[in-house]
Parts: sequence; C-alpha cells; structure tokens
Amino acid sequence: MSERIYIFKRFERFWHWSQAALIMFLMLTGFEIHGGYRLFGFENAVSYHTFAAWTLVSLWVFAVFWHFTTGEWKQYVPTMEKVDAMFKYYVTGIFTNAPHPFRQTTLTKHNPLQRLAYLFVFVVVNPVIWFSGWAYLFYNELSVVGLGGLPLSWIAFFHVAGAFMMLIFFIAHVYLATAGHTPTAHIKAMVTGWEETD
Amino acid sequence: MNATRLKMGYLLFLVGGLLLSVPGFATVEKSSTPAAAPAASIAPAAAPQKAEQKSKSTADHSKFEELKRNFRSGPEVTKACLKCHTEAGKQVQHTKHWTWEYINPVTKQKLGKKHVINNFCTSVKTNQTFCSACHVGYGWSDDSFDFSKEANVDCLACHDTTGKYKKIPGLSGHPNYKTMEWPPHSGRFREPTDLKKIAQNVGKTSRASCGSCHFYGGGGDAVKHGDLDSSLKMPEHYLDVHMDAKGLNFSCGECHLSDAHKVTGSRYAPTAAEQKGALLRGKDDERNPTTCRACHGDAPHTEYAKLNDHTDKLACQTCHIPEFARGRRPTKMTWDWSTAGRLDEKGHRIQVKNSGGQVAYDSKKGDFTYERYVKPEYVWFNGNINYTLFGDKVDGSDKVKINEFMGGPDDPNSRIWPVKVFRGKQPYDVENQTLAVFHTAGKDGAAFWGNYNWDKALKVGMASTAVAFSGKYDFVETEMSWPITHMVAPKEDALSCVQCHKENGRLEGLKGIYMPGNNNWPIIDFLGYSVALLALIGVLIHGGIRYLTSRKGG
Repeated sequence: MSERIYIFKRFERFWHWSQAALIMFLMLTGFEIHGGYRLFGFENAVSYHTFAAWTLVSLWVFAVFWHFTTGEWKQYVPTMEKVDAMFKYYVTGIFTNAPHPFRQTTLTKHNPLQRLAYLFVFVVVNPVIWFSGWAYLFYNELSVVGLGGLPLSWIAFFHVAGAFMMLIFFIAHVYLATAGHTPTAHIKAMVTGWEETD
Repeated sequence: MNATRLKMGYLLFLVGGLLLSVPGFATVEKSSTPAAAPAASIAPAAAPQKAEQKSKSTADHSKFEELKRNFRSGPEVTKACLKCHTEAGKQVQHTKHWTWEYINPVTKQKLGKKHVINNFCTSVKTNQTFCSACHVGYGWSDDSFDFSKEANVDCLACHDTTGKYKKIPGLSGHPNYKTMEWPPHSGRFREPTDLKKIAQNVGKTSRASCGSCHFYGGGGDAVKHGDLDSSLKMPEHYLDVHMDAKGLNFSCGECHLSDAHKVTGSRYAPTAAEQKGALLRGKDDERNPTTCRACHGDAPHTEYAKLNDHTDKLACQTCHIPEFARGRRPTKMTWDWSTAGRLDEKGHRIQVKNSGGQVAYDSKKGDFTYERYVKPEYVWFNGNINYTLFGDKVDGSDKVKINEFMGGPDDPNSRIWPVKVFRGKQPYDVENQTLAVFHTAGKDGAAFWGNYNWDKALKVGMASTAVAFSGKYDFVETEMSWPITHMVAPKEDALSCVQCHKENGRLEGLKGIYMPGNNNWPIIDFLGYSVALLALIGVLIHGGIRYLTSRKGG
C-alpha cells in the first residue's frame, strides 16, 4: 500500500528548480571560462556567468529568509543515525528490493545521507564558490577588505575546485533522484510536492 | 579640454590671397567670433569692421621686419628668430633633440642617439653628416661640432608649417641652399630652399613637422617604430582614434605637452605603469602627461567595468593597439647586414624588390623583411631599459639583446607591454667580443656605402670610439625592442577577451599571470575531471545493476 505525503512546498519547489537551472548554466558558462570548449564565446560566457551568479545570490536571499521563517532549516541538522543503514541499502539492498531504511515524513524529508550531503554543499561547497567568486568579481577592490595581495591564481584555484565539487555533487544528486520508490518518484515529488512512499 | 583642442587645430595662412595649406597640417579654422562677412553684406559701408581672423596666433610672422629679407643659410634665420625669442636657443640646447644624450638615472647608462647602438644603421658615429639631417641643429658633421653656439640651433626643423623645409642627409643638418639632385641619381632636382617664405610662415609644431623625422626613423617611412609613419599626417579614424583628422585631430603636442622646448614622453625613460588617475589641470606634480591615464584616469571602462580589473597587469596599449604597422606602409622587421656588399658582375650595386615593391636586398645594406598589421610581442616592463653599448661584452654564439626591457610579474611597477622586436645581424669584434660600429656614409674611401669594404668601414668606425678593435669581425644576431604606444585603435578594434583568454592566446608563455580560459590549473583539472568521471561511471554501473536486478526481480 502506498501513501502520499506533501513534502515540498511551493516556494521550495520553485527554489529547487530555479537553482538547478542556474547551477547548470553556471557550470556550463563557468567551465567555458575556465577553458576547454567554446559555446557562448569567452566574453559572453563571462557576462552570462556573472549575471546568473547574481541571480542565484538573489534567490538565496529569499531561500535563507524562507528557511528561517518556516523553521525548515532544521531539515539540514546532521545526524549519523541510520547512515550506515543508508550505505548498506545503496550498496546491496537497492538491488534486492529491500525496504528503504528511511521513512520520509513532512518533518524529516531528507534521509541522513541527504542531510549530510546538502549540509556539505551549504557549508563547504557554496561558501568556497561564493567567496572566491566575489573575490574574482571585485579583484581590484580587494585591498579595501585587506586582501590586496591575494593573487588571482589562488582565487581561481578555489573557485575551480568548488566548481568541480559542485559538478560531482550534481552527478550523484541527479542519479540518486532516481533511487526512490520508483525511478521517477522523487522527481515527481520535486515537481508536485507529493511523494509516494511504500 | 575643448580649449586645448581648439588651440591645437591651427593656422590658415593667407599669403597674397592664396591659401597655402600643407597637406596633412593646416586645418580650416572656424572663427569663434562672428564673422565680418555677413555684416559686410548687410551694410557694406558700415564701420568699424572686424578684420578677418587668419589664425589663432597673436603674431603674423610675415609682418615682422626681421623676416622681410632673404636668408642665405639656416643659422641666419635662427639669428633672426633669437632677436625676439631670446631664450629659445638656450632652451633647445637643454633638450634631447639637441644633445642626443640621456643619462638613465637608474642604470647610469649614457644613452641617446649619440651613444646607443641599434640594429638599423647601427650608429651615428662617423656618420653625422647624414644622421644630423634629423638633428635640430646646423653643421654637426663630426666631433668638433659646437654644441654651445645658439645660431647652430635649427628652429625651422620643428616650426616650419609650409612642408617645404627639408634637411638633406649628407649636408650636416642643412637644407639645400643651391639647386641639387635629390634623391641622388634620380634625375629630380630640388630648388634652393626658400628660407624667407619658410621663416615668415613659422608656427606651432604639427604632426607633419614632428613626423618629418619621427615617421622616417631607420631610413624610411614606417621603417623603425612600426607605430609611427607618414599615414599619421592625415590619419583615418581606424588608424588613430586621437589623431583622426576628421575627428579629434590631435597633434603630437596634445599628449607630448612641452614647456620651454622640453618635449615630454621619451622612449629612453618611459612611464610603464602610471599608478595615479587623470592629471589635474594646473597641478604641477611633474608627472608624465603623455600616458593614457594622464587623461583617461584609472578606471576608464564604464560600460564593462571588469576591464578595469586588468590595469594592475596590462598597459593600456596591450589591448588598444591590437597590431602595429596599420598605416599605409609596412614596417621593417629584420635587417641582415651580413649579406651587404654583394655586387653584380660589373661591380655595380644591386637592389632587389619584393612582391610588395619594397627593397628586399640592397648591396649597401643587406637583406630586409617587412610586415604590415603585425601582432606585437609582449613583455613585462617597468620603464627601465638596459642597453648593450660600445664596449659591452657580447657572446657571439648567442643572440645579443641590444636593449632589454626590465621588469617582471612581481614588480608592482611593471605592466605587460606590446613591443616590436626588430631582429638583425650586424658586425661584432670576434676577439674583443663587442659590437662593432662602422663608417657607413660619406664621400671618402672608407665609407661602406661607396666601397663595400667591411675592413675599412669597421676600422674607421671603431677608431671613432674609445673601444679597441681587433680587426677580426663576424656577424652576430641581434634583437632590439621598441615599445608600441602610438596608432591607438578605436575601442571597437581593441583586442577582444578571447584573443588572450584561450589556449595559445596572445600572452601565452608570459610568466606570472593567471589566465582564465587557458587551463592554468592542470592538477585541479586532472583531479576534478577524474573524480567527476569516476562518479559518472559509478552511477552508470549502479544504475545498470539496478536495472538488471529489477527486471530479474520483476
């Protein structure tokens, strides 16, 4: 018997998908700026990348506000409970139709691995990309904040390293989105807000 | 700004009712006061009327009694000039245009045309009769020249406005006073120089007057610099956004502001990295007014502010002069003296022209190559240049850098500059390991351009220096760099981002810069792409097993 629970509210879904689009576009333009392929042309890629980055910043201002006012930030408080069970499930259980060790509810919509992964993105990957990105944008004004001697190569190092972490997260995230009750269950939930569970 | 620009646009000479305008110099002046003509047409008899304004100058030299006479020589004209302009001679004598000498305050090297060696005609020594055609003086034919005599100063070289004043190589800085064949053996004859007319029409310097020497450096139009040639007399917009004859119409002096005959801006002591903003009018802080920043300030890009972030590494010229030799003529790129002296079977001089009509071989000079629209080479430069001078040791097995631009990525006073690198082969003393200079031009038995004999020419040339000469010579490869700073293109033609921001872009190989677009972090790229690829393979395998097991299970 499957049941349906309402997990993702309207703003959350809007935030997720617009953020997804922006991050994909930022990766596309960002890796072009970094070098290796030509899609928009360097100059356009820089303009688009900068514009998309500021759009993402604006989106995040709303997202942070939303998380605090709704208390949804608690969804990202890390826990080690059932982490081993989650690993075991992805390594063996998922192939043998074993039951999912985690049960979604409105109050705990992320499994423990998700919590850890998203928290890692929020507290490590994003800050690395954001702060290095701002340093990139305001490179000639860095002396104002006492970072005048910071060479561009270092700034770029962190920005590119952060981008690769995001790319790897992106690959895993997209794949695990298919690891729900049915391959499309999580994706449907992210669109409609309703998740079907066992 | 407007006032200065108007000041620069300048003079219309009406002589005997004729409008005498020198192509490339005179600009038609719009009278800023109401013209007399309309008033006259309404009331022809009305008085008093304003006379028509001929020029901006407060003096019409054709009305000066001192100049209403015939002059037999240049120095006679100078004496007349000095009767009113009492300090001008002394002023000129304090300038590099006169001394051809400059002591670099940092390296203490004695530079200037009088002292340096280059890889064009190599040296002034023993060749002053010819070289002094571009000296602001009369009579410099050898070391006995009197640099203190004011009558020897040539006012007309810079202040002629007729375009008829020409100093002829071989006449020690004089124009021709008698009818003479020029160029030699051309069958064309120059009338004696009309010094009276020229003296009565003196005025401010102009693109044409500065260019009469500076466009022809290295022995011909466009030859030496690559960013200066006669197309700058009346340049189009694309060639020079500031000098554009139909636009801003700058003269040289608009940037090379001069005071007491001292012309600012010098390639012996360039300002490689101006750190401050625009110059404030009236504020005398002894900064160089010829820099881009002196007018444009330190954040000139308003549409696309990211470009301002480049100014800590790049000179403005690097992007805004995308190529040099964009004028009508190609610039010389190489000069190989080692092949000079080859004659035909009758013992006559040979000249071979290339497909572009330029002389590619001349018995007097050797082999040349030319190029147009040349991409500059780029170097870190802090304004200091180290020269290889007379007597300095050189290694004959290696390329000799005749001058070396100092600076580097860690020097806050360095910027990346575009340069023309001129390459050649020239004689050197094999035993003493010094560059060798030779007697090039003259009607004597030692000049290379009459006798094609290196031994004699080198012996006489070297005897004029304090450097010993062993008599054993060979040819050594040399390189000389010239900063590219003129012929600034309109902004639409400036380098686009991707000309550098790509693999093998313009600044490839230059140390100390991080270039987005050129995969500068190979380690992080390798790690990043490897882990991303492993993740992708991992999820594909995982997904594949899921697919297979679900079918089995289903």
